[in-house]
Formats: sequence, C-alpha cells, structure tokens
Amino acid sequence: MPNRRHGLIGVYPIGVLLSGLLLAGQACAAPPTAAKPTTVAPKPDAKPDPVANIAYLALVQKRVLPQSFLDQPPEDDGVQGARLGLADNITTGRFIHQAYHLEEALEPDADAVVAAFKKLVAQGYRAFVTDMPADLLLRLADLAEAKDATLLDATSTDDALRGEQCRRNVLHLLPSRAMLADALMQYLTIKNWRDILLVAGPNPEDKLYADALRKSARKFRLKIVADKPWTYDPGARRTDTGHYAIGAEVARFTQGIKYDVLVVADEGDNFGDDLGYRATDPRPVAGTQGLVPAAWARPFEQWGATQLQARFLKQTGRWMTERDYGAWMAVRALGEAATRGGSVEGAAMTAYLRKPEFELAAFKGARLSFRAWDGQLRQPVLLADARSLVSVSPQPGFLHETSELDTLGPDQPETTCHPR
Amino acid sequence: MPSTLMLAAFNRIRSKAPSNAGRQHPLALMLALGLPRVSVRSTPQNTAGPAVAGLLLAMGLLLATTPAMAERLLVSNEKDNTITVVDAGTLAVVKTVKVGARPRGITLSKDGRALYICTSDADHIEVLDLASLTVNRTLPSGPDPELFTLSPDGKTLYVSNENDNMVSVLDIAAGRIVTEIPVGVEPEGMGISPDGKILVNTSETTSMAHFIDTQSHEVLANVLVGSRPRVAQWTKDGSLVWVSAEVGGTVSIIDSAQHKVIQTIRFDIPGVPKESIQPVGIQLTADGATAFVALGPANRVAVIDTHSYQVKKYLLVGQRVWNLAFSGDGKRLYTTNGVSNDLSVIDVDALKVVKSVPVGRLPWGVVVAP
Repeated sequence: MPNRRHGLIGVYPIGVLLSGLLLAGQACAAPPTAAKPTTVAPKPDAKPDPVANIAYLALVQKRVLPQSFLDQPPEDDGVQGARLGLADNITTGRFIHQAYHLEEALEPDADAVVAAFKKLVAQGYRAFVTDMPADLLLRLADLAEAKDATLLDATSTDDALRGEQCRRNVLHLLPSRAMLADALMQYLTIKNWRDILLVAGPNPEDKLYADALRKSARKFRLKIVADKPWTYDPGARRTDTGHYAIGAEVARFTQGIKYDVLVVADEGDNFGDDLGYRATDPRPVAGTQGLVPAAWARPFEQWGATQLQARFLKQTGRWMTERDYGAWMAVRALGEAATRGGSVEGAAMTAYLRKPEFELAAFKGARLSFRAWDGQLRQPVLLADARSLVSVSPQPGFLHETSELDTLGPDQPETTCHPR
Repeated sequence: MPSTLMLAAFNRIRSKAPSNAGRQHPLALMLALGLPRVSVRSTPQNTAGPAVAGLLLAMGLLLATTPAMAERLLVSNEKDNTITVVDAGTLAVVKTVKVGARPRGITLSKDGRALYICTSDADHIEVLDLASLTVNRTLPSGPDPELFTLSPDGKTLYVSNENDNMVSVLDIAAGRIVTEIPVGVEPEGMGISPDGKILVNTSETTSMAHFIDTQSHEVLANVLVGSRPRVAQWTKDGSLVWVSAEVGGTVSIIDSAQHKVIQTIRFDIPGVPKESIQPVGIQLTADGATAFVALGPANRVAVIDTHSYQVKKYLLVGQRVWNLAFSGDGKRLYTTNGVSNDLSVIDVDALKVVKSVPVGRLPWGVVVAP
C-alpha cells in the first residue's frame, strides 16, 4: 500500500517545518496526540449502555521514505482514521443507547500480532479492523480462533486477497489495485487517450500495480504501445546539477515512442514524480503519480467530504490519508451495522455487514456495500492530482445491470474467489 | 448472474451519456408555448370567443409582469458567494448581490423584508435587506452554519452547525446565541412544527432525525432514517415529518406523535443509475395532496401522491437539483440546479418544466419573496 501525498507540512508552522528539515526528514517524528473522543450521554442513566467492542490490530511497519522530502508518511496513519470513526459512532450511539470501545493493538512483529489476536478473541472480540501485509492477514484468517471473527482489512489493495487467496472471514475496505486500474482506464477511454506508455518500477508492489494496469488496459481495449521497466538510479539526485541527469534520462527513455499518456507504476514514490515535464513529447503522467486513482485525496471536497477532511484535520493536525480513510470506513461500517441491526454483539454486527440491506455513506454520493463474491467494498474511485480532483469513476456510460460500481474490479462472473 | 455491460466504443459511450439526454432546450420550450403561459392561464375567460381570448392574451402579455409577479426569487450561489435576485414575472435576473463566503441555507424574515443567509465559511449569518438589497446586519451562528429554520413567531432562528455537532438557538432581536443543543454528526436539515413547539434536526453521518422540544431544548426522540438525511419538512397539520436521505435514496415519513417511520418512499427511474438518485429538497402543496422531491444528480423532481405515497411522475430539470420553493400562489415550483447553474421553473398544475433561468455558480437554496 503506497503512502502518497501526506499533508503534515501544510498544517505545521514554518518553524516546525524548518526544524523538521534540519532533522533530515524527521518532521513527523512526533505525531500529534490523538484527541480522545468524549462520550457525553444526554442524560445520566441508571443502566450503562451496551458496548460495541472493536479491535484495531496493526503491524507497525518501518516505512520506506519516499524520494521527495515533501509529504513524509505520518507514523499514525490508519489508527487515526479508526479513532475518528469511533468518535462518529459514539455521537450516533448515545442517542440510541449504544456505546463503543476501540481496543488498539499496534504490535512490533508478526508473532506479537498473532498473540494479540488470540488474546482479543479470548476476551470476546469478534470485529477486527486490520492494518498488515497480506501474508500476515492470511495467517490470522486461517487460525482456528478466527473462525467466528471478521477481519476488516482497512489498508491493503492486494488483488490476490480478493481473488485466489480470498477468505470468508475477511472484508476489504480500500479499492483493490484492479479497481484503481479500471477507474483510470475508464477515464482514459472517455478521454480517448488510447495509446499507453507503461513504466513499471522494480519493487514487487510496482509489478503488481503494473499487472493490474495491463489487465485493465485489455479489458477496456486500450493499447499499451510500450511496456518499459524503470531501472535508472540517479544516485546524486540532490547535488546541484542532479536535475540535468534526470531530465536527460527521461527524455532518452521516452524518445521514439508514439503514445497519448504515460502510465507509471511506482507505489513507493521513488521516481514517478520525475517523469512529468521531462519526456521528449508533451504527454500527461498518470498512475501512481500525476493523475492518481485513489479512495481518498486531499483536494477532494464533494458530497460533504469537506466535513470529513475538516473533522480529521481538527483531530490530528494533518490531512487524512487513504489508510486513515480505510480505517474510518471500517469502524463506521461496524457502527452502521450496530445502529441498523440493533445489536452491539460482535457476531451480530459482522453478520449485518454482509446483509443486502447494509449500506455505508462514506462521502462518495453513492451507498457503499460489500460484494458478496469477494468481500470487497464497492465504491467510486477518485482521480486526482496533488491539487485538484479531476474526475470520479465509474465514468458515465459504463453500464452494469445491477450496480455501475461493479464496473470497477472483478465482477461476479470473472471472480477467482472461491473460498473453501 | 449479473454481467458487465461495458461500452468500450467511445461513440456509444457518448450516445449513452445520461443526464441531459432528452432534456429540451428551455428556449425551444418557450417558443413552443408561445411565451408567458402564466398570463394565458390567469385569464378565467378562456372559453370566450377567440377575439376576446386574443385580446386578453395581448393584455396578458402586457400585464405579464404585474399580478403575483411582483414576487422576487432569491437564490444562494454557494460557489460565487452571491445571492441572485430574479424577477418572478419576467424571470430575468434583476441583481446579483455579493455576500459572505459560501452562502447555502436562506430563509425569509417573518415580515418578508429581509433574507437571512447562512454564509457557511464566514461562520455567521448575514441579513440582506430586501428593499435596498444590501447586507445591513450580521448575526452569530456558531461555526459552519449550513441550514436554519425560523420559529413561526419570527423571533428565533435554529441553526445547524455542520462541523460542530450542534444546533445553535439564535435570538434574532438580541443578536446572540441563547443555547446550543448537542445532536448527531454533521447536523443538516432543520424543520419546525407549525405550532413552533417541536424542532426536527437531521444529522448526516448519524442518519437520524432528532425531535427537539423548543421550550426545554431537550431531545425528545431520535428516529433512524435512510443514510445521510438532508431536509426535514413538516406537513401543515403538524402530524407528519418528511425526511429525505441523500445516500439512502429514500424519503421517510415520520409520525410526529409516535416518532416512528410510517412509510418509506423509494425511487426507480428507468435508465438512471440508482446511485444517482439522491433525494434532497422536499415541498408539499398547500392542500397537502402532492409532494415534490428533488432527486439531486438524477436531475429529476419526483411528484408524489401523499395519500398513496406513490410517485406519479418524474420531471426532468437541470443538473443536480437540490432545493425547492413554491411561488406565493402555489402555481409554480422553482428548483436550484447546482451543476447546470440554473433554476428550473415547474408549472405545478400541468406538471411541466416550462423554463430554466441561469443564475450563479452552484446554486443551493431558493426563496420566494413577496
């Protein structure tokens, strides 16, 4: 899962920013303490309200820093979204006598995550919001203890987790790579930008992202006219003349190819931002940089999203990331299940998530729900650059007989998810 | 087994582009109708000889700007920070008044001489004097005021503070906030009962209609409705409250005594994706027999029989239709269309859209001033 475009810097005073730079990229070493949501019951009641217990289980991973010193990934993204979702649930719950508790377990290694999971299950937790890599998520899902639990995967975009590796007890909040790719390809289709130069980075995630793009291009009959790996390592990028070398390399790399749009797969933000403005021909950049398909973006303010952005900014002092948004949706989905289903029991809440009447309002205009065939949340996908929202897919005209949101990602007939 | 019907061919996509397909150009409509319909309909002697009718028609044309037409339409333009003033007779824009940042909810003072404006990003309420068309007073509102409702005695404004999970109670004469009432996440719609005793507030993320006693400021009941509720509209007799749910795609009808949803109206428009059906504005005719519901990006207004709760008709209007207002005589309904930046004019008896009037960018609310 990439961590692009975080907004710490935008909201800190200049002094903090400068001292952060002096500390060589440690600007976000001190994450703002989370505002603990206050529980205010309208009237004191003799009997305490029943509590919906939700666990937030994460493997704390060492983040690989992006190439640019701008927008360093915050250390608390994900869990902050869950905390805001909790605050929203509490406000709602106090009117109907439901209380909420979020148990945060942020563990340093995989074994600690497994141990924490087993302990929480023993304590009666059934609803888990998770932030961890695919292999660890599968390890948890296959435990005997996980039989009656539901794991709400808040941060992964992995296609295999929704396909051949899918599990009955896992639901996915963020759009998969396949959905992101389809969202972009639909937009390229309506723009009639049909010839693509695909540039894929060297990391395993880049290869997965590029695979999703290739599949999607075939699905929408767009043409990848050239498919090139990016191997160039500029080395002394920050020397005074580093930009000459990069400019020359990108010009050479793109020379002699006739294409409409350069689509890049660089989830770690290592080189994608270097491709814009430097190609031989003037062509836009899209993919992991440039025009980015995403679940959440800083410039997004439609359908009331301004409110969510503002609430998050107030709570944390930074902008909401996609991972925060995924965790917010997971906790809100459980809140919605408790409110509508009328029960705060873990098993009842997680069962309600899978019912046809379940719907989540998540500032996208449409009502979101989980696909029965692979546990993926169906949702519109934003197309945005750093400063503006460009479009939202599905694009008009891509039709579907049940939900147009299902034109993004594997539909029921083509799913490879067949859980035992 | 659902299957994806993708239209990869570009030209087919173009031809399938929704929204405006079939929407007639307003000018063409006007030409077909031969100009002000209103003047023709307002003559009761339609059965008289053609010469008389012709004469009356001619007079009607001359008088077209006079009868109930002294009315003015006031439209808040969220993106332009303006109020557009439209002459209801000529449907021409008379003036565009600059106001504070992000004007959304608007309502008329009891004496009809002023317009209260929620200027959301300015974090206050502005008072527009309708004689001079200038803002001559500002009132406190609490942070991010989106919508409000005026007590029937005209003395109190109840304001929803979208970013603050509060409803602020504003004493207009004193110009101060008397109290704040905690409600759900993102308070939005505000509706007051005809007797002024009960206030209904909707909260968007909490998905509830909160019934609030206006004397004690206590929350009496919380009624769960569809996702992201917007507008709360009381019936004239105070027995029911209609609540629209933008994301749920429904309108809930709540019994105000029992605090129970007695009916849920759903919408189904052939050829329009169900995700685009997002109910917002609600208006009921004076006789209570018909309800009009704006359906947002479905670009339609639903006409509902309030006895059977069946949708009788969908009227195609401008893009992203948001809020609604009747003319004083109830013969016209005006809609704000946020994406096409215009106002649609509906003939209520004929159930036809007769004209659209360009206003500012992102028109949000509309009010008819006498």
